[in-house]
Amino acid sequence: MARTRTPARRTLARRAAIGAGTLIGAAALAACGGGEEAGGGAEASDLDASADLSKQSITVSNWSGYMADDIAEQFQAATGATMKSTEHATNEEVMAKLTAGGDSGIDVAFVSGQYAQALNEAGLLEPIHADLVPNLTNLYPQATQLAYDEGNEYSVPYTWGTTGICYRSDLVSEAPTSWNDILDPDPAYDGKVTMLSTERWLALPAQKALGYSVNTTDDGEIAEMEKKLVEAKKHLLGYDDTTFYEKLISGEAVMAEAWDGWCGYGTAENPDIKFVVPDEGSDLWADTMVVLKDSEDKEAAFAFVNMMLEPEVHAWVTENVYYNVPNEKAEALVPAELKQQFPQLDVTPDQLAEGESLVDLGQDSTKYTDLTTDVTAS
Amino acid sequence: MTTVTRGRRAAGAAFLGPGLLFTAVFVAVPVLLVMSYTVFQRGRFGGIVYTFGFDNFSRALEPTFRSVLVSSVVTAAAATAIALAIGYPVAYAIARLPERWRSIALVLVVIPFWTNFLIRTYAWTVLLNTQGVLNDALVGAGLIDDRLDLLYTRGAVVAGLVYVYLPLMVLPIYASVARLDRELGEASADLGASRLTGFLRVTLPLSLPGVVTGCIFVFVPSLGNFVVPELLGGGKTVMVGNLVRDQFLKARDWPFGATLALFVVVLLLVLFALQSVVSRRYSVEARR
Repeated sequence: MARTRTPARRTLARRAAIGAGTLIGAAALAACGGGEEAGGGAEASDLDASADLSKQSITVSNWSGYMADDIAEQFQAATGATMKSTEHATNEEVMAKLTAGGDSGIDVAFVSGQYAQALNEAGLLEPIHADLVPNLTNLYPQATQLAYDEGNEYSVPYTWGTTGICYRSDLVSEAPTSWNDILDPDPAYDGKVTMLSTERWLALPAQKALGYSVNTTDDGEIAEMEKKLVEAKKHLLGYDDTTFYEKLISGEAVMAEAWDGWCGYGTAENPDIKFVVPDEGSDLWADTMVVLKDSEDKEAAFAFVNMMLEPEVHAWVTENVYYNVPNEKAEALVPAELKQQFPQLDVTPDQLAEGESLVDLGQDSTKYTDLTTDVTAS
Repeated sequence: MTTVTRGRRAAGAAFLGPGLLFTAVFVAVPVLLVMSYTVFQRGRFGGIVYTFGFDNFSRALEPTFRSVLVSSVVTAAAATAIALAIGYPVAYAIARLPERWRSIALVLVVIPFWTNFLIRTYAWTVLLNTQGVLNDALVGAGLIDDRLDLLYTRGAVVAGLVYVYLPLMVLPIYASVARLDRELGEASADLGASRLTGFLRVTLPLSLPGVVTGCIFVFVPSLGNFVVPELLGGGKTVMVGNLVRDQFLKARDWPFGATLALFVVVLLLVLFALQSVVSRRYSVEARR
């Protein structure tokens, strides 16, 4: 597939990143034997800080379009090591490869935070060697204290963001401030509101409106959420993960529950499309880089992670994908006009860190599957 | 055994062999594999934990899933009935066209298949949405003041399914009507039957195998479709196809997805058995 740097193309890449299914077909679902091994993660290997990187070669698995196309050339120029990149469409897809048993051949993988947590619990990750990643100091302090991995023991955050309400400022009389503005909209906006359809995010507005945790597994709380969501469904135009911003552009919808970066694809077309995080708070997601225990060239793997944290390299993500990066020095390079154009980029790390970090729920995630089915089938 | 029959058998095996092998390896084995998942448990990242049990079946029988199954059958049946009501006259008319026009008409019926199904369905959202072409036209013509909510309704889902699968209804009915001997109709007219009686008592019964095949061709993919409910139903109407897809791609619960799929497969097997009974009965009657 040809790569172009248009928001629409990014959209496809990122849609997958959120971990939802693709409409067009078949993600390769290789069988995997992921067990339920809990545990503390793996012992750190002995690594040689002065290793000759020109003899090393790594394979990196990332979402399509989530790093610069010439990243391998940049890496070779900076370190002498060679790299190959492969792409995955969803977290599930790369998890299947990494947990299938045996060497996946992947040295560095990009996965969302809660998946990094699960990989570490399965003992598949090399702890981060901070001495080999001096650019860790470029990260905002808030980005080192994320709930799925406090202290960046085994993962390094690459992008982060939140979920809020994307709305047409010219078509609503008052800007939304609360999740209840989409759960129980003003009658004037009845049938002009969309919500996300992927399990954890379908539940999010109700969780926050009721004051619950985004990671709750309490059956009583989930029952309350269900009641609220079934009621909210009556006012919805529909559930939409992928095209809600187009509905905002056309005016079919005036408010949509939205991932921050995705709202920007609407803003790019129509400056009246704005993004707000409701007062009750929201989630905080992060996509991370992890180094696999099985990697044979870990020095080069960490050199790669380190290079991605270089301000210029990391700022590329914000400038091209419209996602916030947790890198203080990279954020400083982002042009002010871009932040003006895309309000979701103009947030402080403190504002983002107010969001509650999503963690993996293990077997309890079935509760969210059933909640989703109950609500959408009601 | 004579050499002739042996030779025929060898030829038969040579012709059938590759197809059978392909079907066995790429259809039967994966289906059996997926079916075997139904008695195991989900892995944390998808995949299977080989702990034996029937939990998936009791879960699939819970009210929510039962009601999704029932409403899917109702939706698919409605689409099938409408496709039949539209498709039968079309097929009948095409079969009665002069030879030259017949092939042109048949090409026109299948032309939509040349464009990707997803794109055609997406085009319907452009047509039906509140700011869409149809609403613009109605408002512009002064026929309505308030724009109609046509999209994201069960009606839109049924309409989309009818549109997508209509050719699958037309083609088998056409085949069975075209094959009929016209002299049968003339004979019934000679014996004093009106054209309606002749149709009802001669043509219709003899075309029933085509009707049943067409109905199955429409009903089966409608039941399993998940794109139309998502795009035209706005995710507010869930069909069993969506549930199966979501179990595999979103919920990472392969065993439960396989269990739901098994229910659909069993339902379809019953339908196929029904079809073979009907077509046998009517082809026997035709020969009598």
